[in-house]
Amino acid sequence: MTAEAQPAQGAPAHVAPPARALPGGGQQQLHRLVAIVVDRPGVLNRVSSLMRARNFNIDSLAVSRTDREGFSRMTISLHGDDVAVEQAAKQLYRLIDVLKVQDVTAEPTVEHELALVKVRVTEGNRAEMLKLVELARGRVLDVATEAVIAEVSGTEAEVDAFVGLVRSFGIKELVRTGAVVMARGSGSIEEAVKR
Amino acid sequence: MTLTKGDRARRSHVPAAGTEHAAAVERAQREMLHEGSSTVSVRTAEHGTRPRIGADVVCEALLRQGVDVMFSYPGGVILPLYDVLGDYPGLRHVLVRHEQGGAHAADGYARATGKVGVCMGTSGPGATNLVTGIGTAMLDSIPIVAITGNVPSALIGKDAFQEIDINGITLPMTKHNYLVRDANELPRVIAEAFHIARTGRPGPVHIDITKDALQQATQAVHPSDDEVIAGLPGFRPTIEGNYKQLKLAAAEIAAAERPVILAGHGVLHAGAEEDLQAFAEKINAPVAWTLLGVGALDERHPLAYGFMGMHGWKHVNRAIQSADLLFAVGMRFDDRVTGNVRTYAPYARIVHVDIDPAEIGKNVAVEVPIVGDAKRVLGAMLGMVEPVPAERRAAYFEQLTEWRRDSEGSSWHGSGAWRDGDLSADYVVQRIGELTRHEGIYVGDVGQNQMWLARYAGFRHPNTHLSSGGLGTMGYAVPAAMGAALGVPERETWAIVGDGGFQMTSQELMTLVQDEIPVKIALFDNKKLGMIRQWQEIIYAGNYHSAHLLGPDYLKLAEAYGIPSMKASTPAEVDDAIRFAQDVKGPALVWFEIAGEQNVFPMMPAGKGLSDLIEEWGTAE
Repeated sequence: MTAEAQPAQGAPAHVAPPARALPGGGQQQLHRLVAIVVDRPGVLNRVSSLMRARNFNIDSLAVSRTDREGFSRMTISLHGDDVAVEQAAKQLYRLIDVLKVQDVTAEPTVEHELALVKVRVTEGNRAEMLKLVELARGRVLDVATEAVIAEVSGTEAEVDAFVGLVRSFGIKELVRTGAVVMARGSGSIEEAVKR
Repeated sequence: MTLTKGDRARRSHVPAAGTEHAAAVERAQREMLHEGSSTVSVRTAEHGTRPRIGADVVCEALLRQGVDVMFSYPGGVILPLYDVLGDYPGLRHVLVRHEQGGAHAADGYARATGKVGVCMGTSGPGATNLVTGIGTAMLDSIPIVAITGNVPSALIGKDAFQEIDINGITLPMTKHNYLVRDANELPRVIAEAFHIARTGRPGPVHIDITKDALQQATQAVHPSDDEVIAGLPGFRPTIEGNYKQLKLAAAEIAAAERPVILAGHGVLHAGAEEDLQAFAEKINAPVAWTLLGVGALDERHPLAYGFMGMHGWKHVNRAIQSADLLFAVGMRFDDRVTGNVRTYAPYARIVHVDIDPAEIGKNVAVEVPIVGDAKRVLGAMLGMVEPVPAERRAAYFEQLTEWRRDSEGSSWHGSGAWRDGDLSADYVVQRIGELTRHEGIYVGDVGQNQMWLARYAGFRHPNTHLSSGGLGTMGYAVPAAMGAALGVPERETWAIVGDGGFQMTSQELMTLVQDEIPVKIALFDNKKLGMIRQWQEIIYAGNYHSAHLLGPDYLKLAEAYGIPSMKASTPAEVDDAIRFAQDVKGPALVWFEIAGEQNVFPMMPAGKGLSDLIEEWGTAE
């Protein structure tokens, strides 16, 4: 066999060619994408199917209506480097129902997430639990003999902190909405969507 | 409501009797059992007076889109459409033998004509049979509209007879897809589907229509083009290149000493062949093309350098590896083009022009991204670059010429004979090109025959080389040639197909006969899955598992279908066999018994770089 490895032509023979940089490979971090989509059946499926097929791992996805009829808003949280997330945004744009995608990670934003936690309590530690909920500026929604349901909201980190705090009590159930974010200031992604 | 176990046992999905839902389900079930016409679609003697139903809307909409032929196969739930088809003589309907053939035929029609191809099938297996063809069109950005029937809407989700979630299946492999349950939506949906399929980066669109929607009486009006565009606020492809980026690209070109233009399928999609040639001439740069970019530049042009990539010409790959600038237009740096990206074109800066922003920066990092239509961008670039005189490129072109001389001489059997005098496949492909004066349409299958075709047939015109590049679908050639031959009857259409691929879709031979479609089939029979055998020889240490493939007596097979055929086993018989097929009025088959162990060289093993080409192997060549 002659699987020859030729020296690169046209270049001085003594210079080893530099390796071509691959796209991506930068620092991995949590990104928040905000997408305005047409409110049609199946649009959520299209987005989630695309993210799966293109090998992007969604941390959380929150969907709701917007104030403009016929449009929905998605907040997609995913880990990746800038290039990978940009590729995700570009792929999202290929969907006919996607109107606008914005990576707001680097922008000043407000962020909020809501969680309901059903925590195991006893006669002995219920009061302590209620105190923790109060400290976390949460609310107790239900009290039963062996459990309470607490509602907490805040940034993802704040919710994480509360969940970590009550874990020693024993968490029976946990549900989180996933973060929703909005850029600060007067700009509006909804208004940026041209009709 | 809390559902306890006891409740669940008593509950069923049968809707409560007497409700509207229950009535709809009952009606639908009755229709499923009795596939015949329902009350709304009864055809009266004077059918002009029958109510206009969803099926009529489909036919009207197809005609409005300029559809003149479609490829399809009937079935239970799509019968309402077939019930009215006869009322629309302008719609030629080709009854294929398998829905996959229909999808490939629509694809071949689209590639050859530049128009949107149409295929149809029924629900369930009819729809899943279309899937390979839709996937083929997706990976190669081919504008087709695939229409399927589905079970009545009240039965959707009930696992009715021939029900499958085809919408869910085609979702990730179409540009867009629809499920229509209401005939009033059909005009909008079909108009949107055609607009989406052919606009921007083309691609397949699938429309699934429930049986009741096909039967529903409707007064729905067809939308205007403006209404269609206004109804798709999320679909606004960028056509014009950004001026600043164009300036940057012009500066790159001015500075480049060893530029190479990489032309892809996007050049053909945009109809930018003349712009490409003018641009290449102005900046005096060689043009290399991808598999689907074959035909972007007449191969006789002095700047036409050749086919790149895994089985591309060595001189082309050498030029890419030594280039200081790659000007890539309408191509996507597929792994078959780049090999190992780390070692790809190590000295080159890259200008990447594509209409799909997602393609830019996906596989390789580029210096100058330009989003836009190939024709518009090349046209704009033409006015922005300074002409480069030939003298400035003298040394470069001398080098290119030398590389080319060195590379074209190797791996080539111009005598027609390979080892032991067996018929050499590259020679056959070359003779087909020459005897058809390079004026035909040549549809490749997948594997060795596909590479031989792209390398040796000699292409003069755009859209005359059809090949399943992205998905690599074996069995593509014969049905796709069927669509191409109907779309462009003035060109002689040849299907270049191996014995493996041929046996996958040979049922369409009968379609060729029944619909009098004059496809000439060049069957390359090495009694092997040739490319599999080649890989096993070179990469899997000669472990030829499942590479050996028996086939029938193809002369008898052709005879059984009523197709004139001829066999050629030696170089001396090749010309006669080709001329024989050309002289036949309708379809013809030529059986070329080629060498059993011939390889396509050079070859870049997967994972290696463009500088690691294998040019020969053992004593095989």
